[in-house]
Amino acid sequence: MEKHDAKRVEIIIEAPLERRLRETLTDADVTGFTVLPVLGGSGRSGVWSREGQISSAGGMVAFVCIIREERLDDLLDSVFKMVERHIGVVTITDCQVLRAERF
Amino acid sequence: MARSDLTIPEAVAKGMSIYLLLAIGFKGGAAVSAHGASTTLVLTLIAGIILSFLLPFIAFGLLKTLTRLSTIDAAAVAGHYGSISIVTFVAATSVQADRGISSEGYMVAVAAAMEAPAILSALWLATRATSGTTGGSLMSPELIREIMLNGSIVLLIGAFVIGAVTGKEGLAQIDSFIVAPFTGVLCLFLLDMGLVAGRGLQNARGAINRGVVAFGLIMPLCGAVLGLGAALLLGLSTGGAALLMTLSASASYIAVPAAMRVALPEANPSIYLTLSLGITFPFNLVIGIPLYLELAAHVIGG
Repeated sequence: MEKHDAKRVEIIIEAPLERRLRETLTDADVTGFTVLPVLGGSGRSGVWSREGQISSAGGMVAFVCIIREERLDDLLDSVFKMVERHIGVVTITDCQVLRAERF
Repeated sequence: MARSDLTIPEAVAKGMSIYLLLAIGFKGGAAVSAHGASTTLVLTLIAGIILSFLLPFIAFGLLKTLTRLSTIDAAAVAGHYGSISIVTFVAATSVQADRGISSEGYMVAVAAAMEAPAILSALWLATRATSGTTGGSLMSPELIREIMLNGSIVLLIGAFVIGAVTGKEGLAQIDSFIVAPFTGVLCLFLLDMGLVAGRGLQNARGAINRGVVAFGLIMPLCGAVLGLGAALLLGLSTGGAALLMTLSASASYIAVPAAMRVALPEANPSIYLTLSLGITFPFNLVIGIPLYLELAAHVIGG
């Protein structure tokens, strides 16, 4: 089966910023992405878990976005402007997709 | 600490907080419709908003003398202490109901009004200190809209208005839903808060020192005294005065932390979450609420 190269961008970001990141992505003409809930974790800002939390302040969410390589820099520029000051991680990995016309 | 694996799922905790907001808002509204609105209502609302604006400045000054927190951290913590904890308020109303003390039903609306102004004071404090480096964009219209239309404020005010419109008959119809299970849900919710607070204390040992803990215990008393002063000026009943004291003494852990994550990402969340949830919240529940009630009864009488 034919496979096409693409980039997978994963952004872990504080839950209160979820809507802002969605808007940033949409403004950058990135219309395909998935938002995942995150159970908990640990990092520079300490250990955290969403169990029992009543405020979104303590939680994080993960955005996964598959994009063609030539559009990657535009996406990263606009995303990084928004997430720069916040707790979180942005990673980029190579991946392959089966239906290239969708990305 | 025992480190039990007992946790309450996030969705259940959110559901319970929505239930408590709905119930307390509705009951307050129904009480207002029974007694009628008055000019004291409007004056108390204004007093609540002023208190919420003012308290962060006192908290900020106190933090700067007691602790070595950075200005940004101090401003973020100060915002939490100007705002209110609705669960502390709910617990105070249950204590009063048990002792047969009545209070003004509109105190719920005052609670909603006090939630947001402190955030603006905190952002102002932070902007003034950093002047230009991170400030300027802090108070975007979008953020202010988000703060004012925060879910808990909308739910509380909405339930209050519906309660005020439908009155006693409306309350009678959903009585078995919002009155009877109320104390039970509150207990379960307090258990969850205790679990989250305990976990927070364990994880934040590095961020919390003696000065910070002292602030978490002194600030509620300062707030309560200011609240009592305002209640005396307004001529509130003993119950109402104790509630205004409780509101001024309590620190937010729902609306303000979320706003701070958006507006002041440089502030360390484990400091303000641990302080408001792990220190001030249990202090108010165990010592604060009975103390404020005693003080109010002593000063106002009744």
